[in-house]
Amino acid sequence: MRRAARSTGRRLLPGALLVLACAGCDGGRRDATTLRFWAMGREGEMVQELVRGFEAEHPGILVDVQQIPWTAAHEKLLTAFVGRATPDLAQLGNTWVAEFAALRALEPLDGRVAASATVDPADHFAGIWDTNVIDGVLYGIPWYVDTRVLFYRSDLLAAAGYPEPPVTWNSWRAAMTALSRGGADPRYGTLLPVNEWAQPVILGLQAGSPLLAEHETAGAFAQPEFHRAFTFYVDLFRDGLAPPVSNNEVANLYQEFGRGTFAMYITGPWNIGEFRRRLPPELQGSWRTAPLPAPDDRAAADPGAPGVSLAGGSSLVVFGTSEHRDAAWQLVEYLARPAQQQRFFEMTGNLPAHRAAWDNPALGGDPYAAAFRRQLEYVVATPKIPEWEQIANQVWVRGEQAIRGASTVDRALADLDADVARILAKRRWLLARQQEQTP
Amino acid sequence: MSSRYEQAKTRAAWLFLTPALVLLGVFFLLPVVGGILLSLTDFDLYAVADFDAARFVGLANYAQLLQDGSFWRALTNTLQFVVIGGPLSVLVSLGAAMLLDHKAARLRGVLRTVYFAPVVTTLVSVAIVWRYLYHPKYGLLNHLLGLVGIGPIDWLGDARFAMPAIILLAVWKNFGYNMLIFLAGLQTIPAERYEAAAIDGAGAWQRFRHVTVPGLAPTALFVGVTTMIGFFQLFAEPYVMTQGGPLGATRSLVLLMYEEGFRWWRMGVSSAVAVLLLVITLVFTLLQLRLRRSET
Amino acid sequence: MSRRWQAVAVNAALIAGALLTLMPLAWMTAASFMQPGEANTLPPPLLPAEPTLGNYVTLFTRLDMLRNFLNSAVVSVLATVLSVVVVSLAGYAFAKLPFPGHERLFRALASALVVPAQVGMLPLFLLLRELGLVNTYGGVLVPYLASIFGIFLVRQYALSVPDELLDAARVDGASELQVFRLVAVPIIKPILVTLAAFTFLSAWNDFMWPLIVLADSSLYTLPVALAGLAGEHVQDTELMMAGSLLTILPALAVFLVFQRSYVQGITAGGVKG
Repeated sequence: MRRAARSTGRRLLPGALLVLACAGCDGGRRDATTLRFWAMGREGEMVQELVRGFEAEHPGILVDVQQIPWTAAHEKLLTAFVGRATPDLAQLGNTWVAEFAALRALEPLDGRVAASATVDPADHFAGIWDTNVIDGVLYGIPWYVDTRVLFYRSDLLAAAGYPEPPVTWNSWRAAMTALSRGGADPRYGTLLPVNEWAQPVILGLQAGSPLLAEHETAGAFAQPEFHRAFTFYVDLFRDGLAPPVSNNEVANLYQEFGRGTFAMYITGPWNIGEFRRRLPPELQGSWRTAPLPAPDDRAAADPGAPGVSLAGGSSLVVFGTSEHRDAAWQLVEYLARPAQQQRFFEMTGNLPAHRAAWDNPALGGDPYAAAFRRQLEYVVATPKIPEWEQIANQVWVRGEQAIRGASTVDRALADLDADVARILAKRRWLLARQQEQTP
Repeated sequence: MSSRYEQAKTRAAWLFLTPALVLLGVFFLLPVVGGILLSLTDFDLYAVADFDAARFVGLANYAQLLQDGSFWRALTNTLQFVVIGGPLSVLVSLGAAMLLDHKAARLRGVLRTVYFAPVVTTLVSVAIVWRYLYHPKYGLLNHLLGLVGIGPIDWLGDARFAMPAIILLAVWKNFGYNMLIFLAGLQTIPAERYEAAAIDGAGAWQRFRHVTVPGLAPTALFVGVTTMIGFFQLFAEPYVMTQGGPLGATRSLVLLMYEEGFRWWRMGVSSAVAVLLLVITLVFTLLQLRLRRSET
Repeated sequence: MSRRWQAVAVNAALIAGALLTLMPLAWMTAASFMQPGEANTLPPPLLPAEPTLGNYVTLFTRLDMLRNFLNSAVVSVLATVLSVVVVSLAGYAFAKLPFPGHERLFRALASALVVPAQVGMLPLFLLLRELGLVNTYGGVLVPYLASIFGIFLVRQYALSVPDELLDAARVDGASELQVFRLVAVPIIKPILVTLAAFTFLSAWNDFMWPLIVLADSSLYTLPVALAGLAGEHVQDTELMMAGSLLTILPALAVFLVFQRSYVQGITAGGVKG
């Protein structure tokens, strides 16, 4: 008797553990295909609603959305690739497409697009579409477009004598000077988080820097174009016009923007929604967006054209190892429809990649989106090489050193080129080997 | 016992040991050997996609690290954390233990639990909490310092203060652990020795100097070195609070190893960092063994 | 007189120390009940003006932290149960089932204690990839299953089990497994409880390995999820404090329940060396 009781106990234990373990299993129906879909940050949170419509249309397919934090997204994607745990489809920052294409992780999509009734390259912004084409092969479909523009407090700028946002570097700097003050409760012209590479890279692109040289096997950061932009950027901090803080040091940037701690901020479309949501109602009429200022010589040469910005955004990609590539593609097509793009914009403020979605009054008439629409005509892609993310990371690392006075502009840029040479050493070797093999 | 029993015992011993030995062999020993080998290659993402892209590079990864400023930065950061944070935490532990052990101390049990509580808290959580406590403008710490006229310190944004800030957190988080060990050590010092010293006319300081210190010295040495070895593992605090910044002032060896290995997948370089960490840990362990031998 | 002052000074210092120690945890608790944005006002508020449970509601609804909570619970419980079985068998064998070479083997194991886990992490990851264990609970569990420190702890304790008792059971015809289960385990139970408490807490609080091995957010343990949110929701101080409290609370509870065994484990490991 006792023995029997004990052995039941023993049998129950593993059973109970299995039940516990299964708390983490996917409760999917067995006959249904379950798509694992990775989306980042807030997009991941909001897309859950969109996929319900997809599931209703496709009764055999369930979508399991994994919400990956943006801060860890790149390393998680690589981890999943190395660990053979990639999802069926994912949202991919379009500067990462080249990297995953080089790793042969992605499914080429040219054939599927040619056969598709919903996805047509002609519906997309050419500059953004192009970021998904690596060596002539298409690997991603733009989901939303993203570029950086100037968010600014129109009331503060007007009070400082700038009823219109600055359009050249010199007037931008002058406005910042008018808005900044030191002391116990300092004010700054512009927030440029020191641990983001986008801002110095944008300024470099505006000054005409190619970023990389020698067929993208070496850095071009010490060359005059980038040098000029970098000097302009670093001086903003040294002269007290931008706060030398990283974005995780700003405890609540919406509160600080509301308080006027800084009056301008270069950031992306996702913040339209956040600013609407998080700024107090009395400030809602006091913030605007504008295309980026341009270097003065370029503004003089092409009056009316803003400074260029990044051809950013997120693409939807299908992983080559997925067993459900057809179903994954169906979800990509669904999310690329203008109607879904429109809803996604309404939920997240992310700007639709499909041009037709822009014709809708909600977006076409949105005063905040207008600056983005104009800016999107002036965007440049970052180098399409797998190592770009590592290089971009070094850009802010070296930039921060110069900003905080641990290095000079010249030394920081020389160091940056040396970093890039090290990062690209393997690429140079692989290219050389390729050339040997194909004489 | 007859040899039949002995045979059965030996058989049982291996049976009982097999699960542990297999697990340790496959999931610990093998990977460690693998890590050392990996550090001699340039294994990276390209090589994961295509094995032919991996090369044996000998000691080149080590040579590269030793020439690289960011490695030396990580090493000195880690040593700063270990050599200042370790002993500081041991001193706080000792102070807390002596106060708790004092005859006049009340509420010992409760206070001991309170002091120990940070040890069992989740490091990631308390790192997040402290990140807000350290906020230059709204943080409680600067507010308190402001009350006594110390001007706002940018704890995590200023390269001079970031590592001290992390050390402070680590001392808070860890001192309770060694405090318990010291408490046990204090109880092994016979009361007669204190009494004898008191009869000889020794004051409180002299009793501490001539009875407590010699009585605790073996424990303190052991605890000190073990704590320092543990402090070499610094990772979650900078990962959560500063991402290694500002200016790499809080990038530890383990964080460097993580970034090289699991962010950029430069596995050869990352493994070389880990092997160097092993070498440094070995040095400290030998030091500990030497101390313990001289003590017996 | 001086003795009285001494008593006052000692207790004042003790209480001041306790307040300082509790301050971060108290502030975390208070801030977790504040309205969004309230914690970032001047002067820093110590108590919520209008306490709200809103942050906790957000954690469980929008952020689905219950899921992470369950992941942590599953991983920690499985790690504890499995490692207690594996480790107690091995520790007992080293103490009570001498075989030729057992001391050398034990010393070899003990010397492996100095090797930092990081040395093997990349190859372990690559190995788990071959086994299909990356991004699974199993992958997270692997490093806890056989702890050398645990084997050491159990062995020290098991040495005190009287051989006569074991031999008596053998003479009665018990198999070695029965001897272990029916005679040894009841005696070494205290150290097994200690071991369980240690393993549970270290698995619950661990960060680096789960961070590496888990890719899907639905599998993240609480610390991994929390670190991700900390980057994403820097602005939401109050929400992050609620998440931190949620993560810390179970660990504190387990500690308070098993305090005695836990403390014994520390002093046993520490003083004896």
